[in-house]
Amino acid sequence: METAIFLLFAFLAVASSLVVVAHKNPVYSTMGLVLTLSAVAVLFVLLGAPFLAVLQILIYAGAIVVLFLFVLMLLNITREEMPQSGQPVQRWTAILGAAIFFGLVGTLLWRVYHAANRGPLAPLSEQLVSLKALAGELFAEYLLPFEIVGLLLLVAVIAATVLARRPEDAENAGTAVGPVLTGTATTEPDPSGQNPDFGGGGR
Amino acid sequence: MNVELLATAAKMAVTLGLLLNVVPIMVWVERRGSALMQDRPGPNRLGPLGLFQALADAVKFMFKEDVTPTAVDRPLYLAAPVLALLPALTTITVVPFGPDLLVHGHVIPLVVADADAGVLLFLALASLGVYGIVMAGYASNNKFSLLGSIRASAQLISYELALTLSVVAVVIPVSSFRLADVVAYQRVHLWNFIPQFLGFLVFLVASFAETNRLPFDLSEAESELIAGFHTEYSAMRFATFFMAEYISMTALSALGVTLYFGGWSLPGVHLEGWLGALVGLAVLAAKVALCLGFFVWVRWTFPRFRYDQLMRLGWKVLLPIAIVNLIVVAALTIHGTL
Amino acid sequence: MIPISWYLLLSALLFAIGTAGALTRRNGISIFLSIELMLNAANLALVAYSRMWDARTGQLVVFFVLAVAAAEAAVGLALFIAIYRQRRTIDVNRLNLMRW
Repeated sequence: METAIFLLFAFLAVASSLVVVAHKNPVYSTMGLVLTLSAVAVLFVLLGAPFLAVLQILIYAGAIVVLFLFVLMLLNITREEMPQSGQPVQRWTAILGAAIFFGLVGTLLWRVYHAANRGPLAPLSEQLVSLKALAGELFAEYLLPFEIVGLLLLVAVIAATVLARRPEDAENAGTAVGPVLTGTATTEPDPSGQNPDFGGGGR
Repeated sequence: MNVELLATAAKMAVTLGLLLNVVPIMVWVERRGSALMQDRPGPNRLGPLGLFQALADAVKFMFKEDVTPTAVDRPLYLAAPVLALLPALTTITVVPFGPDLLVHGHVIPLVVADADAGVLLFLALASLGVYGIVMAGYASNNKFSLLGSIRASAQLISYELALTLSVVAVVIPVSSFRLADVVAYQRVHLWNFIPQFLGFLVFLVASFAETNRLPFDLSEAESELIAGFHTEYSAMRFATFFMAEYISMTALSALGVTLYFGGWSLPGVHLEGWLGALVGLAVLAAKVALCLGFFVWVRWTFPRFRYDQLMRLGWKVLLPIAIVNLIVVAALTIHGTL
Repeated sequence: MIPISWYLLLSALLFAIGTAGALTRRNGISIFLSIELMLNAANLALVAYSRMWDARTGQLVVFFVLAVAAAEAAVGLALFIAIYRQRRTIDVNRLNLMRW
């Protein structure tokens, strides 16, 4: 039963990851990524991490990939990519390279597994699966990384807001940062501070 | 016969049956309710009080010509209604509808998916609902559809934040993500909408935005974008989007009722066994019905939000209120009040 | 019981596929998607090891990887928007200002 589920979702994950890297249309790649993430989430459940599986769908498939889609539609990059000259050579080089890379990484993981293997797998223990234990360890031993990641997310939000601003909004912003960033700073700051509108610039 | 397997199958059948039957009832409520509020009769020709109107609509949808425009992106165009319907159907599986039953020595919890991460599973599956709308808009090869779906995707992920924060505030005093524990907590303490009124308001507004209902339905606005992301869909495909919207409304109402209004429990009622289960289901259904009526009432009362006003509300008003609510609830829980 | 080595091989396969995508694609966003695939493969390996050694550490590291991936996606996409405004393309072969 478990083998059947694993095989099915492993096959699904590999097939949709091939769609991600090979399909010409980026929108199809994105939907392939959603399918891959969902298949891997099921594998997480099999491996005794149900909370992580739900988080993967909630955050990764439900927010991050939607952001990708949003930017794709905003910038209208749904056209197919141009075929390039000498493409068959490049494709076969990529496949060969991937195969060699898979061999290397696979061998590495296989060796580590067999060196550390201590016999057959124990059945799923409660302390691995339980959410309370996970949260306890997260907020006790991993409190500092947790806070740092919070700071990282704050920095990411600020960076994304500033980077995606339209140049005219950056000039008109009431702070000193805007004109400095776009190189139009004068000695008198512009008094009309208006907030940058959402819905950036897509043509 | 494995009792638990049989029980799960029965629960799934009950849930699916109830969900699919909500749609025709909601169609009738919507049309007669809007007519009542607009001082006109509404559908009154088919059956008493126009009750068979939904049946007539269903028959019409089945016999209508299924037009697929030539220039659409076929795989995504065909997949979009299914992508919209699936998350809507699966989200309600974590909502409990009664006390635990004791059958042949097995304790059967009356919830289809008794996951440890109950509410999170609901939110995760609901967040997958964006894809149906985005794919419909993109695949339609139509400027208005694309615009509608871009707006919808931004709106949905923005209000998801406020929704999640208000849900987390409910979960903190309960110390568990399971909705059965939330209901058990509310049987002992007050119903959550009293101590967490701010959170309840945020949840209410965010759930209107999450289901694309007026006053937040700019992505399918009839007066602005033809029909938004489902412009190019006809007959059964359009009916699927329709169904998906009503079913997600029902699921979100069920969640809201369970989080803030005690779910299947009534204060002072402590029935057990099969009678308790039936009464629990009836109470939950009644509360959800009231909630759906409220959805219809608001739809025909308020004007539509403009897109920038919508974004401003989601990020600058709801999110700070939800965060303040979260902090206050966390502080009160540590202090021991909640 | 499925030996954990199967999960590890699957993770290696996904990682290799992701690398091939990241190196081959011309569209900036497609490269980004392949990178997300690679991150996901690493997450799978971490959870598999966590199961093997019955330790929660792997799962907690995945938690942080998830958060970092979200931050990286946000900033990366903002960068792409800014680049598109300037150069009207996100074809990485044409974003060659730093080449001599």
